Amino acid sequence: MAHEQVESRLMAYGHTACAGCGEAVAARTVAEAAGPDVIIANATGCLEVFTTRFPRSSWQVPWIHSLFENAASVASGIEVALKALGRAGEVKVIAQGGDGATADIGMGAISGMLERGHDILYVCYDTEVYSNTGYQRSGLTPLDALTTTSPAGAMSWGNATRKKDLPAIFAAHGAVYVATSTAGFPTDITRKVKKALSLAGPRYLQIHCPCVAGWGIDSSKGIRLARIAVNSGLYPIFEMEEGVLTRVRKIKPDELLPVVEYLKEQKRFSHLFKSPGGRDHIEAIQLAANSNIERYGLMT
Amino acid sequence: MREMMEGSSAVAESVALCRPKVVCAYPITPQTHIVERLARLHAEGRLDAGYVLAESEFTAASVVLGASATGARAYTASSSQGLLLMTEVIFNIAGMRLPVVMTVANRAVSAPINIWNDQQDSMSLRDCGWIQMYAEDVQEACDMHLQAFRIAESLNIPVMVCMDGYILTHATEPVDLPSAGEADSYLPPFEPRFHLTPTDPMTLGAMAGPDAYMEVRMLLHRSMQQAAGTIRQAAVDFHEMFGRYAGAQLDTYHADDAEVLLVSMGSLLGTMKDAVDELREEGHPVGIVKVRTIRPFPRSELHDALHRARAVGVVEKDISLGLEGILCSEIRSAFCGAAETPGISSFVAGLGGRDIRKEQIKEIALGLLSDNTCRVEVTGLDHEVLWRAHEEE
Amino acid sequence: MKEIRIHGRGGQGNVTLGEFLAEAAFAGGLYAQAFPMFGSERHGAPVTAYVRISDRPIRLRSQVYEPDHLIVQDMSLFAGNDLTGGLKEGALVVVNTSGPVGDLGIAEGFRVVGVPATELALEVVGKPIINTIMVGAFAGASGEIEMDALEKSVRERYPGELGEREIVAMRRAFEMVQGAVR
Repeated sequence: MAHEQVESRLMAYGHTACAGCGEAVAARTVAEAAGPDVIIANATGCLEVFTTRFPRSSWQVPWIHSLFENAASVASGIEVALKALGRAGEVKVIAQGGDGATADIGMGAISGMLERGHDILYVCYDTEVYSNTGYQRSGLTPLDALTTTSPAGAMSWGNATRKKDLPAIFAAHGAVYVATSTAGFPTDITRKVKKALSLAGPRYLQIHCPCVAGWGIDSSKGIRLARIAVNSGLYPIFEMEEGVLTRVRKIKPDELLPVVEYLKEQKRFSHLFKSPGGRDHIEAIQLAANSNIERYGLMT
Repeated sequence: MREMMEGSSAVAESVALCRPKVVCAYPITPQTHIVERLARLHAEGRLDAGYVLAESEFTAASVVLGASATGARAYTASSSQGLLLMTEVIFNIAGMRLPVVMTVANRAVSAPINIWNDQQDSMSLRDCGWIQMYAEDVQEACDMHLQAFRIAESLNIPVMVCMDGYILTHATEPVDLPSAGEADSYLPPFEPRFHLTPTDPMTLGAMAGPDAYMEVRMLLHRSMQQAAGTIRQAAVDFHEMFGRYAGAQLDTYHADDAEVLLVSMGSLLGTMKDAVDELREEGHPVGIVKVRTIRPFPRSELHDALHRARAVGVVEKDISLGLEGILCSEIRSAFCGAAETPGISSFVAGLGGRDIRKEQIKEIALGLLSDNTCRVEVTGLDHEVLWRAHEEE
Repeated sequence: MKEIRIHGRGGQGNVTLGEFLAEAAFAGGLYAQAFPMFGSERHGAPVTAYVRISDRPIRLRSQVYEPDHLIVQDMSLFAGNDLTGGLKEGALVVVNTSGPVGDLGIAEGFRVVGVPATELALEVVGKPIINTIMVGAFAGASGEIEMDALEKSVRERYPGELGEREIVAMRRAFEMVQGAVR
């Protein structure tokens, strides 16, 4: 957290997030990059809870929270109203939520928002787990991760499914800009928010955010782990414009790390190291990272 | 000028006269003709609003929530399952004090699936913090929409205008719509008390803990309780301008000297009035109390209107399963602690589009004249079918 | 108050027929109400629509059980359906048929008028649009509806050449049934 910290007037400190919260870093960076002329529609989740405990609020921009699954729809209503009231030129609209709000319960509303082509940037803070309700599995929880609803046991190696490919889903809907980023590199977030907001139409930014309690990590290690996720190929950082891959964050050969370096630091993957069978699972995760490197051209 | 119009078209035209800036809905029978007409008005340039095609009722309600919070006059419409799918947002809109207006084309609720009229859908949402108005005929449904926006915006409480599906939405009958100028002078442009804007950033929808939640809810409760004056004023002003008055929260028909009073909401009142005319001609002292808004609940007005009667029959198209008709229970509450209480009976009728005939209403009234004992009855049932099902069990 | 019941099949314009009648009655200074026997009917399924006409405002919302008049757009509906159930003594029954009305098996006591609406529609309109023809026949046989008002309603709803052909067919039906009551 020592480097690249973004000072923010727009999402103020004094909130009640956990120490080391990656989502707080990311959200503050997004708010600051977007600037004051913005309206934010926030889904229910950690970010909403830790920034707006009545009667206090961290938000110095107009901000609305309605429900868990409707941030995209509320943002649609805001965007249409701004147009109808002749205020569309003055203010930009951001919808944001966690991975559960985005990949699971809010997916239908997001599909409608994208299909209708609203002028909205949707930001997903991907902690890979339902952080707010106590670390249950979401559609963006990675393979084999332990959560409170995907525990390990005689019949289980943790989460049995692979991470849902949300960027591809957004791109398939015709989102004009689709990008991934990470709390590990806040300047990357800043650049992408600014770029996204310079474009018109539906846009998507998915930010990998370490969750201290959800991942079972030391509060000082989140940012470092987020960077290892990138440099191992597990969390590819890329941009797509009009559905075409236009830019990726390359992994330099001397930066490349095996996935073990990422997995071994987190309690959610600790079961993979406790029994001999775990080796096959770690190998499968390594193959998935390799395949990301191939698919997105992260090293070429 | 009066002309023949289908109920849905007339309501859509009335909504357009209210000049909403954002309209968003999802089609569901029997609400469809309303939103189709609005789509046409929008396509023809006669509705200057953002018209959003939602992918579900849930989103439709969320879109008008967002639009209203941004300072736009916002409208939606639904029915039955659609209304139930909206429920989470419906509560939210009220809690956030957003003056949205919605038409409910009343329809039965599944299962079994049934597209015909009753009032179970909106009655099930009576506790959501919206003002609920029920229209007797197409004219009243039209007039109520203008009043609804005025009431909603002056109180920051959303309003549902409920009209019986098919019976009113699909009926063609004479309607008198105001001119655009008349509508404008009754309903001024929306001036939101608060809205989302960077020039005065505010946080809407914050989390309220046990230290604050109750107070926030009580503020809404109190506003709702104090809404009676605003509702009455909206009706009185409307009458002054357009010459039509359908009551504020209640209206009565041959009620003054009535020994038996029938209570109902919505389109059934028309049939009921014809039945009462015939009963009066036959010399029976029967009258009607029409409930126009169930929220806020006009408790003292109902007490005053009903307390002189020997018997009260609440005829309604909904049921709290395991109890009785919902309105009947609430009317009983109006007599809590009263020294003199009429015999109040619940008559559940017309569920799922079962037709209610004038003769049934007369039978209920005559039954109450001869016996005012409190009772719960379901009228118009096929007892043979029930008996056979019971045997099989 | 006069009550009219319309029987037809989905797609034959039954609801519109009712609206034409109500609009024409209203244009003639009366109160009127038209509504369908609401259903989730698809094309081809039996449909019922109702019209009430009165010199006083109409408040009654129940279905029509004892109609003064009956309009049957599809004679095949007589099979297996009690179309004349509740029909008042001496009521007018207007049926779309090219055969003798005696063959329809309708009970005695009603004034039955047959009109070959389908044939007429194909000949004059060029399309099987029968509701305007049936409404014309009803106006001719009942004398309760003004043709000018009907024409205005049809023209408003179907402006253009097709509507004009429908009006020609409607007039033919109106004249055809003069004095044809059984």
